[in-house]
Amino acid sequence: MSSKVFTVLVADDDPDYLYQVSFHLRKSGYEVIAVESQTEAEQVISKMRPDIAIFDLMMESDDSGFILCYKLKRKYPEVPVILATAVARETGLTFGLSSEQERDWIRADLYLEKGVRPEQLDQEIKKLLKV
Amino acid sequence: MAQLKVLVVDDEPGIRSGVARILRNFHVTYPFMDEDYTYEVIEAATGEEGIEIVDREKPDILLLDNKLPGIQGVEVLEYVKKKNYDIVVAMITSYASLDIAVKAHSDGATDFIPKPFTPQELKSSIEQITKQQYLKRITHKLKVEGKKVRFQFLSVLSHELKAPLNAIEGYLRMMQERQMGDNLNEYTSAIDRSLQRIHSMRTLIMDLLDFTKVNFERQVEKAQEIDLKDMVSMAIVTVSPYAIHKDIQFVTDFKECEKIWADPNDFDIILNNLISNAVKYNRSGGKVIVTVDCNENEFYLSVQDTGIGMSKEDCEMIFEEFSRIKNDKTRNISGSGLGLSIVKKVVELYHGVVNVESEPDKGTTFTVIIPRIQVQNLKSGL
Repeated sequence: MSSKVFTVLVADDDPDYLYQVSFHLRKSGYEVIAVESQTEAEQVISKMRPDIAIFDLMMESDDSGFILCYKLKRKYPEVPVILATAVARETGLTFGLSSEQERDWIRADLYLEKGVRPEQLDQEIKKLLKV
Repeated sequence: MAQLKVLVVDDEPGIRSGVARILRNFHVTYPFMDEDYTYEVIEAATGEEGIEIVDREKPDILLLDNKLPGIQGVEVLEYVKKKNYDIVVAMITSYASLDIAVKAHSDGATDFIPKPFTPQELKSSIEQITKQQYLKRITHKLKVEGKKVRFQFLSVLSHELKAPLNAIEGYLRMMQERQMGDNLNEYTSAIDRSLQRIHSMRTLIMDLLDFTKVNFERQVEKAQEIDLKDMVSMAIVTVSPYAIHKDIQFVTDFKECEKIWADPNDFDIILNNLISNAVKYNRSGGKVIVTVDCNENEFYLSVQDTGIGMSKEDCEMIFEEFSRIKNDKTRNISGSGLGLSIVKKVVELYHGVVNVESEPDKGTTFTVIIPRIQVQNLKSGL
């Protein structure tokens, strides 16, 4: 890793997932801003520019993650976003049945199923940060 | 206004223009339909041309002469059937031919219009067909929606079940890899959190069993005479360890009421959910007031708390499956999101209603009203 310390914004309303992801990221040398809601994440975005963001899909509302992607990309188009969800892929539920228009404005760079191994998450982050 | 497309396939221009003229100002209306239906008539002189238009225009209704210059009417009918188009077909026949009628009917023709026909005959056939088409489409729509609801339920359920598994797995891996060192004390909070997640997952599974029960056994099972006051007292005892922990005081207001004829398990579900919610969403040092009352028509139960309350919008969604209100005040309260949807279903088994009134930071009152007459019917086995 280069000498620069990257800041990761993580938003997830599952306190355990948030704790674990933050723990692993800090261990891998990232600076982590961990928030438990869409509202808090929006406050962070309004004040500072993270180097990368990981958003849970469902927080206060079912599409909190989408809204955050949109707001972050509008302000910082170059910041990569990972959308993490525990929605089972095997159920075939993608992102709402009416998501045709939504897809036009969802700007996540990567969808990740929750429960990926910390090393894999780290790798994906490095790829997106191009380090 | 909705418009249905009618394709008339007949080699006689007089018939085609007649149909167009008769249906031009015709509209069909039924009390159960959302809107009136009007008709746009498209004409074809041969079966070949008819098939082309069927593919292109996807008409709703097809009026088909059997005796055509090229391919015959029944062949057009076979084509429509093969393609599985959502088209109602009526045969226009100039002479009664049993063979054709039988063949056409087995191929899905639903009506026969004798030729020559009067305007009134055509109109009444079209009216029948419209009604049939409408019902067919509504049924189809409901089936699709039913499937969608079940599908969404399973998706949300799998999400709710996977989240705690992911959390517990994450903590176990941290321990397995000794990520916080070799001292077990460092892992205390990871262990505590895992146990909490297991606990709430168990609650979810128990709720799910109740939920399945009320969804699949849509009748009151083992009814007996029960005393609402006793049931309430029992539910209060069940929740009291938690209530003592939060320093919550119970106040009961029991009016003199007859016993109610019901399955005690059902009332366990109702009372345990409402009373434990009243504790769970209360402030510490708060109160829970439970009232039992009745008049000649109804039994009445209310559970009032002095808790965090909720907004009008929240009140509207809390009876839906897996709806949980997510805000700063509820963040540390666990729940399956199924409890109130179960309560509602159980109350409806008794033809009752459950209402909610709430004010943020003041408290919430749930009221259950169960009509006496239904209870009487249960008793007499009606």
